[in-house]
Amino acid sequence: MKLVAVTSCPTGIAHTYMAAESLEQSAQAAGHEITVETQGSAGSEPMDPSLIAEADAVIFAADVEVQNRQRFAGKPLVQTGVKTAINDGPGVIAQAEAAFAAGPPAETSPSAAGTGGGGMATKVTSDAGLGTRLRQWLMTGVSYVIPFVAAGGLLIALAFALGGYEITDYVPEGSTIVDVFEWGSLDSWAALMLAIGGTAFGFLVPVLAGFIAYAMADRPALVPGFVGGAVAVEVGAGFIGGLAAGLLAGAIVMGIKRWQVPKALRGVMPVVVIPLLSTLVVGVVMFVVLGAPLAALTEGLTEWLNGLSGANAVLLGILLGLMMAFDMGGPVNKVAYAFAVAGLSTGTEASLQIMAAVMAAGMTPPLGLALASTIRKRLFTEPEQEAGRTAWLLGASFITEGAIPFAAGDPLRVIPSIMTGSAVAGGLSMLFGCTLRAPHGGIFVIPLVGNPLLYLVAIAAGAVVTAALVIPLKSTKRALQQEAVLQAQEGAPV
Amino acid sequence: MSDQTLITADLVDLDLAATERGAATRSLAERLAAAGRVTDLEGFLADVAAREAQMPTGIEGGIGIPHCRSVHVTEPTLGFGRSNGGIDWGASDGPATLIFLIAAPEGGGSEHMKILAALARRLIRQDFKDRLHAATDPADVADYIRQEVTPK
Repeated sequence: MKLVAVTSCPTGIAHTYMAAESLEQSAQAAGHEITVETQGSAGSEPMDPSLIAEADAVIFAADVEVQNRQRFAGKPLVQTGVKTAINDGPGVIAQAEAAFAAGPPAETSPSAAGTGGGGMATKVTSDAGLGTRLRQWLMTGVSYVIPFVAAGGLLIALAFALGGYEITDYVPEGSTIVDVFEWGSLDSWAALMLAIGGTAFGFLVPVLAGFIAYAMADRPALVPGFVGGAVAVEVGAGFIGGLAAGLLAGAIVMGIKRWQVPKALRGVMPVVVIPLLSTLVVGVVMFVVLGAPLAALTEGLTEWLNGLSGANAVLLGILLGLMMAFDMGGPVNKVAYAFAVAGLSTGTEASLQIMAAVMAAGMTPPLGLALASTIRKRLFTEPEQEAGRTAWLLGASFITEGAIPFAAGDPLRVIPSIMTGSAVAGGLSMLFGCTLRAPHGGIFVIPLVGNPLLYLVAIAAGAVVTAALVIPLKSTKRALQQEAVLQAQEGAPV
Repeated sequence: MSDQTLITADLVDLDLAATERGAATRSLAERLAAAGRVTDLEGFLADVAAREAQMPTGIEGGIGIPHCRSVHVTEPTLGFGRSNGGIDWGASDGPATLIFLIAAPEGGGSEHMKILAALARRLIRQDFKDRLHAATDPADVADYIRQEVTPK
């Protein structure tokens, strides 16, 4: 058998070459020919294309992205980490024999997609710990969500900038933007952008769930992931519901893939059986198991908030702040926001204060994370840093969803930080007696805010508190280790 | 010249006293600093620790290879330590007895890197490991390693 292999590791001075040596020794011992391309720091000599053409199977023993991997497209492929190749060279060679026996990949793997760029990427190392892999799965979902957040969020922000906060009422109840659109009207254009941005935002949770599942179990998991995410939206479970749907879908598909099925069935497994079964299970779980308790939760929280109307104003601001940041567009956030908007129609001073506190609390999560990712870049992955740049504008426009990429990738460290920051902003806004008579708009409605200077102080304080919490939380040793693995996979030069 | 000086007798410790990864790395790094190959001991150790944190560098067969590229390194250098008790280096099959501290200068030329690549390849050869286990004299060890990694 003729084999070709690529070895590559983060530092490129040790493991790359040890893995190459190990594969060469093991291949020789098994009676195979092998050519190894070491993509290390001693300079990488691309191997002769004719060797690839003749090869029966390809081995990637790499902890960082293989360079120009599309050269190897369409060949039976074994992917592993450098350490596995060093510790168990014969095992890897045996896998290559098995891959050769199984023939070229029927189901197009990312490398075999052959689209020049190498198809859709997931950055998951199979031999990392569960915590690291979990974070890699989430980050894969996040990396696909970020463009949706940016495009949708910026369109919505632009709509508010051009049309003012009343743009949400531009399209009358019962009709659509198509019915009322006028080419010459600026407000029409603003309302149109709002509609397009809103449609883009509708994809956030399904895309997040779909690509988390994809990272876990490849293409067959896309369907249950997307559908589970869409059901999460349907039942109002927000992005946390989406995380659950994505992980559930991925886990189910991983499980089904382990089944030993008769050869006759094998061909239809990835296109029919797996998507059908897993989508059914995920759909049932999301609708039935999650739907009813969520509805009850929403109702309970609403009643509880209504009962608090007479409570201490600052405390109420803190509570609303915590709720706004908890799930960014999910059920808890919606209850807090709906509570504030419902009060607006009464027009009392207290209800205008509540609206102000809720908006301040909804602005600080993206702002605080934008701040953190600006001053401590190292703690954030490359996609997160990009999300951080748009998060400034999204936060300023009261589009709390700008924080979702950060929260979805690292919920346990990010959510407590933004909740605390929002609690500070909400509490301070109440303390300063700031008021707001618009339900939306961010900095574009500052002219409508009572006590605007102190209002900005409250927002700034919330953002600073968020950043001041998330930075140390992300600086813990464990967080840094996971980050290092992720960074290495992005091919960052070491 | 670098292939002549990758390792010298004073960079070899055949009886590493440390029992823990950090201390073992430090004691070898101190030898590198004393030889003038590392300009800032703490900075260098931080660079090694950063690499180690990504994934422990221990590999099966009792080997630990703490390594990094660092601005605090003046030339490609190998520090070698043998621990008779063994030190946990994160490999799944037990502690490491042969510790190779590999220091590469930031932006080192590819000639330098080829020597380190040759060294890395030797690390998983059984005869190379056997020879180091059996060695009794630091100068012999340094001579042997230099000879092995010199381009032939």
